Parts: sequence; C-alpha cells; structure tokens
Amino acid sequence: MSSGRPGRAVPRDAGTRLRTGRPGALWAVPALGFFALFALAPLAIVAYLSFTSWNGLGAPEWVGWANWSRLLSDRDVREAAWHSLLLTVGTWAFQTPAALLLGVWSAGRGRHRAVLSAVFLLPLLLSSAAVALVWKSLLDPNFGLVAEVAPVLGFDDASWFSTPEGAFSALLFVLGWQFIPFHALLYQGAARQVPEVLHQAAALDGAGRARRFWSITLPQLRNTVVASSVLMVVGSLTFFDTVLILTGGGPGTSTTVVPLLVYRNGFEGFEMGYASAIAFALVLVSTAVSLLLVRLTGFGRMSATSARDGL
Amino acid sequence: MNGRRHRGPGIGGIAAVGVLGWLLVVAVPVYAVVVASLRRREDYLDVGPLSLPERLTPENYLDALRSGFLGYLMNSAVVAAAVVALVLALAVPAAYAVVRSGTRLSAHAFRLFLLGLAIPAQAVIVPVFLLISQLRLYDTLLAVVLPTAAFCLPVCVLILTAAMRDVPEEMYEAMALDGSGPARTLVRLVLPLTRHGTSTAAVYAALQAWNGFLFPLVLTQSESRRVLPLGLYDFQDEFGTDVPGLLAAVVLSLLPALVACLFARRAVVAGLAGGGGR
Repeated sequence: MSSGRPGRAVPRDAGTRLRTGRPGALWAVPALGFFALFALAPLAIVAYLSFTSWNGLGAPEWVGWANWSRLLSDRDVREAAWHSLLLTVGTWAFQTPAALLLGVWSAGRGRHRAVLSAVFLLPLLLSSAAVALVWKSLLDPNFGLVAEVAPVLGFDDASWFSTPEGAFSALLFVLGWQFIPFHALLYQGAARQVPEVLHQAAALDGAGRARRFWSITLPQLRNTVVASSVLMVVGSLTFFDTVLILTGGGPGTSTTVVPLLVYRNGFEGFEMGYASAIAFALVLVSTAVSLLLVRLTGFGRMSATSARDGL
Repeated sequence: MNGRRHRGPGIGGIAAVGVLGWLLVVAVPVYAVVVASLRRREDYLDVGPLSLPERLTPENYLDALRSGFLGYLMNSAVVAAAVVALVLALAVPAAYAVVRSGTRLSAHAFRLFLLGLAIPAQAVIVPVFLLISQLRLYDTLLAVVLPTAAFCLPVCVLILTAAMRDVPEEMYEAMALDGSGPARTLVRLVLPLTRHGTSTAAVYAALQAWNGFLFPLVLTQSESRRVLPLGLYDFQDEFGTDVPGLLAAVVLSLLPALVACLFARRAVVAGLAGGGGR
C-alpha cells in the first residue's frame, strides 16, 4: 500500500514508526462490548429460550426441540414468512428504481432541484408511527383523502384495508412513501461523486441522456445500489411498527409479518419460548440473506476507490 | 462543442415526469394533513380532506399541547441527543481501529458488526427487557437510549469505515512520519477529513432514535417517560375518531425535526455524499 516512490528518502525505521502510528485493536473494544451486551448476548439468550417453555414469569422450562418442530409445522409461521418475503421483494422492486431516479435527478445542479429535494425529504422527518397514523387516516375509505381521489382514478371502492391485496398494496405504498426519500438521498450523494469528466467524454462520443445513465451513472453507483439494497432488505424483514399501526396484520392475518408474529406470541400470548424460536429463525434468515448479499456483491470489501475507478 | 448540458447525470424526460409524480405523492398528503389538522372535527367529517380551507381553528394544536405533548417532545430530543453522542463516542474509535489497526482482531470485530446488521430488535426484545430490569433502568430514558444506540452501531461503524478508507494512505503515512500517535492522527487527520461521514452517522443515529417505537414501548411505562412515537400511538386511542386532533399532534411532531433539518441540511446532504478525501 505504501507509495514507495523512487527517489524519495525514507528513513530506515519508517516501518516501525508507521506501525506506532496505528491504533490498536483495543480501540474497537468499547463499541464491541456495548454491542455484545445489548445485541449479541441477548441473541444467545434467545437461542436458549427457544428450547424452553416460558410464560415470561418464573423459570423457563427446558423442552428441547419442541418449539422448533412446532415452528416447522406452524401454518401461521409459514404464512407470515411468505408475507415477509413478499414485502421484502415488493419493497426492493418498488423503492430501488424510484429512489435511484429521484436521487440521480436531484443530484443535478439547479435551484429548482434543491427546492424539490427539500420537499422529498419531508417523509424522512416523520417517525414510522406518525407516517402510519397519517396514512391510516388518509386511506380511510369514508373520510380520507382516497375517498376523494379513488373515484377520479377509476376505483369505485376505496376500502383498501378490507381486502388482503388492498391492505398489502397500502402497506407497500406507505413504506415506500416513508423510505424512498432516505434511499434517494443515498443515491443523490453518490451521484454527485461521479466524475463530471465521464459524462463529458460520453457526451462527446454522442451518448444521449439515457445511454449515459445506463453506461456511466448506474455502473458508478454500483456500491450504493448494493448498500441501499442491503439496508432495504434487512430493514424490510423487520418492519414492525408500520404494520402494527396501519393494518394490525389484517384483514385476518393477511399482512401479518414475522416480527409481528413474534410480538403477538411473546407479549400477547405470553409464549416467550415459542416467540424466541420464531425470533431466532428470523435472525438466521436475515443473517443468511445479508451474508449472501455481501458475498455476491463484495460489499464487505467495498473498495474505497470505487468513486475513482472510472478514471 | 456539443451544446447539450451534461451537468446532470442525465436521464431526461422520464425522470422529470417521475419526479413530478413523486412530488404530488408527497405534497398532496402533506397539504391534506396540515389543512385537516386545522379543521374542527365536525367540518372534517362533513367536507372531506381536500376541500379548500374555510373555517380553520388552532384548537387541535392547543388540545395536543394540553395533553402533554411538549413532555414527549423533550423526551424524544433528550433520547436522540444521547443516542447520537453515545454512538459517535463508540463507533468512531471502532471504525478507526477497523480501518487502521490491521490486526486480525479488528477484522473480526468488523465482521461481527456486519453480522450484527441482520439482528432485528424484535428478535432480542425479551432478553433486552430482562437486562434493563436487572440494571434497574426500567422506565427510564436511559433504558431507551442504551439499546437504541447499540442497534445503531453496525450501520454507523459501516458508514464511518467507508469514510475512513477514503482517506489516502499517504496522509496516514505523513502523519506517522511526523511522529503522530494514533490518537493525534484521529483528531488531527481522520476526524476533519471524515466529518461528512461522521455527520451521516450522526443523522442516521438521530433518525433511529427519533423513530424508535419498540424499545420505548417495551422498556418504559409511565406517561412522563413517553417519547413522541408512543405519544402519537396513544393519541390514536385517546382521540378516537378525532382525526384533526391526531393530525395536529403529528404535525407538531414534525416541526422540531423540520427545524433541525433546516439547520443541518447542508451537513446531511454533504454527509451522504460521503467521500472524505475529496
């Protein structure tokens, strides 16, 4: 890594000196310890609890693999897993193109773009609870915004929350409304880093806007696409408050996702052992998914030179 | 030659249409919410959310303020500030070690944080509850701050690591040749060059704290410890069908973040743009 340029006098002991300029691994210990205390150790406890029957009071009772075999044959779990998967895929497919377009567009110069990007930011400032509550009232079939807009758009029935498809679409939309601005912001930042020279060169070669987007902007944003996707996927597997407030998992159980099922089993059904098994299964899946993404895309060794490697 | 503007990364018409569409999707609901929050409840049910504002009243806002809203706001602000301070104090040295120490341990630490990205708060909420009770912190703001900060760490370490990797190797070498120790290098070189990354991490942590729902829901109880999202959630029951009242509370909850954003926008955007070295 060292520059090793010829003709530059480097002191003999530079090697050791350079070493002393480095921080030790100890610098990472406080953060690691803190993280271990509140995330890793609890995770180990969850793993243990998944082998017990426990109502939250008294002592957990060891039951072996009972929770796990129940989990494997539980229709509710299978259903919730399917919903979580659909929600994750839907979120990614909806939010990525939208955020990409918005981000790249707003990275351009011009006063109107700055003003508009400020408007885009608004949803980012609302908490999930606030967003869910706002949309719950806006999507109210009797008094909400949609009651007025739906006829215009050609829907005669605006009671989204009474059908599984409607509730699911509403969920996807509201989650998009809330999170697209964040990802757009990531893309905006990254798009500004794309060297201007590349665009100029391509323009000289006669590439149009669309061509430049596909051949220059998009490849240059590769790392950001990966980063944003990882955050999106891991995030979608854990959506909780929006679902709880907006649809409550309904109608019936048609929008019940895995985290909601964990909460229901644990804090409403007081089956902490079983809830722990579901929770741990969720961790296994989301770890596997993010490891896979990291492996497939080389996110872990995301190169610092990415922004420059076009030069 | 080629008189075409190639300043923007270039997508053209489709993007412009999409952007305008999105503008509607954001602006219309915001307008509807603000107007509805200024209506009397009877009017709201009669005329619908989109009609032009005629008889507006600040009554809903006063109601929301009367039902303890300022207290929730204070709690949220305190929690957010504490989370940001704690996260930066922990994540900056950690990322620094990951990027610069070059030891196996720090590489493992980084991998552990990467794995930690995938741990959902819902999964560990039961043990965290037990831990907080054991520490006798249940129903305090600190009970919310500690786990919230812990769950921000993976992402923030990741952001900071990426920023610090962008600092050119030669600069580290120059510092070392000048006889700088690791602490001095961090303060004099790394922090100034990565302040954008640091502000991104800070903003992320602040947003997480501001958004927090599950930890406050499970780890606090009394009214005086309630943070904004929970306050809003409770308003829903309290206000029943009083949609304007609820929406007024939502708008109030937006204001502090809006003010903060007006001041910090430059930092936020610059931060997300990353790239410390340039």
